[in-house]
Amino acid sequence: MLRIVNGRVYDPANGVDGAVRDICVQDGKIVADPPPGARTIDARGMVVMPGGVDIHCHIAGPKVNLARKVQPEDHRHDVHPRTRFTRSGTGGTVPSTFATGYRYAAMGYTAAMEAAVTPLGARHTLEELHDTPVIDKGFFVLMGNNVLLFRLLQEGRREEFRQALAWWLAATKGYAPKLVNPGGDEMWKGERNANITDLDQKIGPFDLTPRKVIAEFIEAGNELGLPHPVHIHCNNLGHSGNYQTTLETMRMAEGRRAHITHIQFHSYGSVAGKSTDNPTSKAREIAEYVNTHPNISADVGAVMFGRSTSMTGDAPLAYMLRRFGGGKWVNADTEHESGCGIVPFTYQDRVYTNALQWAIGLELFLLSEDPWRMVFSTDHPNGGSFMSYPRLIRLLMDAEFRKEQMAKVNQQALEHSGLRDCQSREYTLSEIAIITRAAPARLLGLASKGHLGVGADADITIYEEDADKEKMFSTPRYVIKDGEPIIEDHEFRTDHEGRLLHVAPDYDQGIEQVIQPFFEDYYSIQFGNYPVADRYLHHHQTVPTAPQAAGSAASAV
Amino acid sequence: MSDNIRIVPDATCTFCGCVCDDMVLTVDLEHRRITKSENACVLGKAWFKEHGIEERPFALVGGREASTAEGVEAAAQILANAQFPVIYGLSDTTCEAQRVAVAIADMIGGNLDTTTSVCHGPTGIAFQAGGESTASLGEIKNRADLVVFWGGNPAEAHPRLFTRYAVTAKGMYIPNGKKDRTIVLVDVRRTPSTPVADIFIQVKPRSDFEVLWALRALVKGRKVDPSIEQRTGVSLAVLEDLAGRMKSCRYGALLFGMGLTMNRGRHFNAGALLALATDLNEFTHFVAKPVRGHGNVTGADNVVSWSTGFPFGVNFSRGYPRFNPGEFTTVDLLSRAEADAALIIASDPASNFPQAAIEHLKRIPVISLDPKLTHTGQISRVAFTTATYGINAPGTVYRMDDVPITLRPAFDSPYPSDEQVLAAIRDRVRELLGGNRPAISTRQPAAAAS
Repeated sequence: MLRIVNGRVYDPANGVDGAVRDICVQDGKIVADPPPGARTIDARGMVVMPGGVDIHCHIAGPKVNLARKVQPEDHRHDVHPRTRFTRSGTGGTVPSTFATGYRYAAMGYTAAMEAAVTPLGARHTLEELHDTPVIDKGFFVLMGNNVLLFRLLQEGRREEFRQALAWWLAATKGYAPKLVNPGGDEMWKGERNANITDLDQKIGPFDLTPRKVIAEFIEAGNELGLPHPVHIHCNNLGHSGNYQTTLETMRMAEGRRAHITHIQFHSYGSVAGKSTDNPTSKAREIAEYVNTHPNISADVGAVMFGRSTSMTGDAPLAYMLRRFGGGKWVNADTEHESGCGIVPFTYQDRVYTNALQWAIGLELFLLSEDPWRMVFSTDHPNGGSFMSYPRLIRLLMDAEFRKEQMAKVNQQALEHSGLRDCQSREYTLSEIAIITRAAPARLLGLASKGHLGVGADADITIYEEDADKEKMFSTPRYVIKDGEPIIEDHEFRTDHEGRLLHVAPDYDQGIEQVIQPFFEDYYSIQFGNYPVADRYLHHHQTVPTAPQAAGSAASAV
Repeated sequence: MSDNIRIVPDATCTFCGCVCDDMVLTVDLEHRRITKSENACVLGKAWFKEHGIEERPFALVGGREASTAEGVEAAAQILANAQFPVIYGLSDTTCEAQRVAVAIADMIGGNLDTTTSVCHGPTGIAFQAGGESTASLGEIKNRADLVVFWGGNPAEAHPRLFTRYAVTAKGMYIPNGKKDRTIVLVDVRRTPSTPVADIFIQVKPRSDFEVLWALRALVKGRKVDPSIEQRTGVSLAVLEDLAGRMKSCRYGALLFGMGLTMNRGRHFNAGALLALATDLNEFTHFVAKPVRGHGNVTGADNVVSWSTGFPFGVNFSRGYPRFNPGEFTTVDLLSRAEADAALIIASDPASNFPQAAIEHLKRIPVISLDPKLTHTGQISRVAFTTATYGINAPGTVYRMDDVPITLRPAFDSPYPSDEQVLAAIRDRVRELLGGNRPAISTRQPAAAAS
């Protein structure tokens, strides 16, 4: 039981913008009145926010573990010692599970979504998430290259497609369907490392196009009333001129909800008159579309300079990046479900393309007119580690600092971006609270997260005010999870097990009669051994689904 | 059907890294044994047949029969008082047990290593150096039209690799099974696996690296001198033919065994093979995969990696994980007489380690967990009898291609699982130490303890 007094509270979901208020906590929830005997935390001179919510990151599961294993050099210089009650680990761009949980918590984050898990790897992901302490977590299920779903769509069996989608979410204990470069992995695995380059291109042996796949998923995700309907990594990621594909993909939603992820990587034009290579910024066109279409939400996927690890279900992309990486490359095919590519990568401020990507990420934030629908991410660790979030916050809040940084990067890249035109904007603390917690929670459909209203989860971060926002957001003074002070005076005081967040949509049991024969013919494990048992959930929360009217948007403030 | 007979469908065989999950077990509950194991290979049948319940003490402490609880107390005292305890084995137990073992190593600041260090450890090192292109076994079954086995004898070691996954298995784009694929086998001698191959290539012993490197050159269109035949026993024409087949297939797979990793060249051999598969992706789709031995050695690699960032050979003595094969691998540190206590889980180093390492094990207090009485059990200060994973104990195992599978135990054992014994030891050691042993990072340079 806690009573936090004298702090300036930023709770944008409840219209609180820096007012000094008491926050009371009982039984892990926010309550209206101070419970008797509550311990008081004096937050004078401090900022009180809900715990951070990461809508898109790569922190657990088969591909993450391959990325960890392939970079011993990245762990060696960044160790995470144990304490009396917390486990040890290693860091780098792909930290061990324990270090991941503690480091998110130490930065004031209390929830994170692993963004790309093969259904066959769901069990593995759940085991890793169980070893990821403190934070609540869930994962998105890769479905955009699923062979059985492709077959159902190709044969026009829409209802069975929808049932199978629901079955897959339930069987894996996942949170939302994820599309990654729809059709691309089939081309990669089945057509000698080819890729999809056009939304209307035929997908290998299927009588199907990415356009059809995306439209059907958006429709089905909305009809099922999933808290987060469909999370889309568009085709042509990273390619010059890809903004057209991104715009076209967003148009396909036709008013229905859809989330476009790491949209920075999908906002590239090409130099006029040049047929290939050098990208330019189309952040303005993309931001304008998102600004004017309330059904669309996006996370930015900002690029930060320094080490990163590119890890993606978009296997052809990783192969392309291999040319620029440090020589290591991992490819991992999962039968009927996905491809996967991993490349350790360093973003350099002097390199034209890298500087342009950095600038586009900032542009998207600065051009966004609705912080509830253009939210914070670096696509950790693809655009940069989650450990760089405080620096990115400073870049958004501090125009002077941003200007200094702009002076250091490739100037030709800045010429091809619009960053100089929008550089005067500074995010407010309230806007930061929206893009890092309130909005991601709302877009994920997590009603009890991202705010400090009565009944919300008592996941609270208390920062010491500081003119240097990077410093301020790097080391909160207190982090409270489920009402328990995990960090006090910047130090861990106890360990904590977070919850696994998942959906359990209803489906017609008859769909198993469609799925099982496919397994018997083509999978290498038994149908009966495929669905993940409840015991892998441990401490968990089933987030309800609710049928939803088509076209309803993520509600804006 | 008698009340005392139980049928367990979709059961999993944990004998080898194939981890076939299509067993149909017939269980005689009265006599606590499996009487029939449908779909199992010859190795699997023996595995199920030989793991009934033997009347053995729950624990032996100093050679005296003891309860599990007495064993736990003795084991906890040893571990809590050790300065350099080593935890080893882990490849024949569940991920759940492996996770507890890692927690103990972390808590006491011990050394953690698995049998990977004596089998495909060099593959792990090669992977760290360059990565790999790989696939789940179902991709090979459904797509691979060229499969090259290298340095292994699956017919005897992994019999169902041929039938279930990679040779005769029929798949989506390989509807006729073996008729639709070309099978190549590369080895230093003919084995019972040889007849399955369309092309058998016999290399001179200890020349795998040269053959692989020549293939890399040929794939890249470089010239290779015909004298390669004198060095390797394989003619240039044969190598050119193989390189051509590799470049022109639609989906190729290289499956390799310990003939490559525990031979001259070790991680260089594995690295050359992984690099060859990577190179081939300039021309077509190509994957490579180590054929793993123990039932859950792949789970051990995964658990140790996600917990520490490193796959095996990890030391926690400074309060955080450090990786250094040769220094923290068990054979090496025992041979140098460094450890002062050992916790051996589901492994029998006393029967297969080099003599110097075994001699040191005999000098220090050893704690062992195994369903069977092993050589290691016989030299242990504390020897626990535990339930057999997959037959009696539930949990998770990872197939050689990293696919996790949930076990369906056939019948109860009176003995506790590895996980249960390890959890009890962990809890008791924590009581004795009052939490995790303090990290000594204060003694480290500031940069190392960031």
